[in-house]
Amino acid sequence: MGKVVSNVQVAEQVYLLRVEGNYEGSMGQFYMLRAWGHYPLLSRPISIFNKDDESIEFLYQVVGEGTTLLASLRPEDTIQLDGPYGNGFPIPEGRVALIGGGIGIAPLYYVAQQMTHTDIYLGFSKEAYLQDAFREVTSSLHINVGGYIVDDVDFEQYDTIMACGPHMMMRAVQTKYLQSNRQAKVYISLENRMACGIGACLVCSVSCLDGRKKACTDGPVFEAQEVTFHD
Amino acid sequence: MIDLTCSVAGISFKNPIVMASGTFGFGREYGKIYDISKLGGISGKGLTLHPKAGNEGLRVYETPSGMLNSVGLENPGVPYFLEHECSEWETLDTVRIANLGGNTLDDYVQGAMLIQQDHDRRQTLGRQAVDMIELNISCPNVKEGGIAYGVKTSAAREVVRSVREATKLPLTVKLSPSAEDLVEMAVMCQEEGGDAISLINTISGMKIDVRRRASVFNNMYAGLSGPAIKPIALRMVHQVAKHVDIPIIGMGGITSATDIIEFIMAGASVVQVGTYNFMNLRAGEHLIDGLIQFMQEENINNLDEIRGIL
Repeated sequence: MGKVVSNVQVAEQVYLLRVEGNYEGSMGQFYMLRAWGHYPLLSRPISIFNKDDESIEFLYQVVGEGTTLLASLRPEDTIQLDGPYGNGFPIPEGRVALIGGGIGIAPLYYVAQQMTHTDIYLGFSKEAYLQDAFREVTSSLHINVGGYIVDDVDFEQYDTIMACGPHMMMRAVQTKYLQSNRQAKVYISLENRMACGIGACLVCSVSCLDGRKKACTDGPVFEAQEVTFHD
Repeated sequence: MIDLTCSVAGISFKNPIVMASGTFGFGREYGKIYDISKLGGISGKGLTLHPKAGNEGLRVYETPSGMLNSVGLENPGVPYFLEHECSEWETLDTVRIANLGGNTLDDYVQGAMLIQQDHDRRQTLGRQAVDMIELNISCPNVKEGGIAYGVKTSAAREVVRSVREATKLPLTVKLSPSAEDLVEMAVMCQEEGGDAISLINTISGMKIDVRRRASVFNNMYAGLSGPAIKPIALRMVHQVAKHVDIPIIGMGGITSATDIIEFIMAGASVVQVGTYNFMNLRAGEHLIDGLIQFMQEENINNLDEIRGIL
């Protein structure tokens, strides 16, 4: 069990939760969070936003009952963290771009912290948030509110691209990658409903070119070309 | 001195806590979290003769006190299981149950025969990987087979009889709460040589997205599990226990030691724990500790003292 240090609202329905402790985890991995008893039944998979020797942070959006309960947490409250789970982002090579959409910016901040230089593209539907935090980790921050952030990125300028955002945005990243000269290695982080988070329940199935994969253990990070989008 | 051991079909379980099919993989994943040899047993991911990709679209949806799943028996197939999972199963110090599903009668029979052949081969080497087969005639998430066999006793009889002929391994039949006559179905399983009855499987349910005006699931319906179904499962175990002489493996919404005690009092010999594995990744450890504590508090030395007392 971890102890909540802070739980701050950073935008409409978006919160940054900080939990005390020295937790493990690499870029793009997630924890299963739970701050309630039996209901709701399932824990919530939330990616690592940031961490250091003393605390770990999670950026999340309130979308349902579980995240509503997370938003009600106050300092000194306790929370259960299981993880880290998932494969995460690989160590990138060459010139790197990070593309985040909405709450999908969450895992990219920790990536940016690990890199000496990345170009960061963040897209938001209504309002931008945490720009100042991202400005501290890059000199190249591009923000788009209300448009299509993927359109702003020249894929042929990069060796590695890492993206996280809504399903349709990840599909757009894949499409743009396939239409590019495919010089860049492009990685997309997918979100999905999960029950166990450890690969046992098979509810977070992702269709890939070589069959079904699990978002929790085979992902959440996939190479852009391997995922088969159905809708 | 508290004795947690239980017996089903001549197999000794070190405690009554068995992990339910579909919630525990083949044990490998949870084995990284705690020592699964502490468990009474595990029922592996539901197997079909041929690999199955499972259902498209959304596969899980939470409901009040329950969980709808539409995984659709995604699995690697019996031959893959025997080749790639059983070497690890051989090393597990717990009862290992292979859960067998199917689309056709022949699928069930072929699957059972392959498991039996593998069992025979390992036995000649002094080894064993599968202790029991759990025949699943009740999965609500596959269009063919599955629940179609689980509703009508006459259709189920043919499957149970054929699989019984195909394997000498202890056989438990997992029944559907949707059976037209559950007691009749259970009696049939006993008549056809089933060694035990597992009940209940998930209950067919539904969730509608009112804005899309459609079911959230591609298959329209999905299987409801979790605490929401416990009262129904408990009643069914109690009803069936009054009419059969073979043991019952009870399951449905167990999340505590007292839930286990209820199932034992209703007549179950051992229980299976499913959805609770998702709520608490260390569910097995938690329940074993809780069971010991409860039995100490209530001066129960052995579960035989309370089994079927209602």
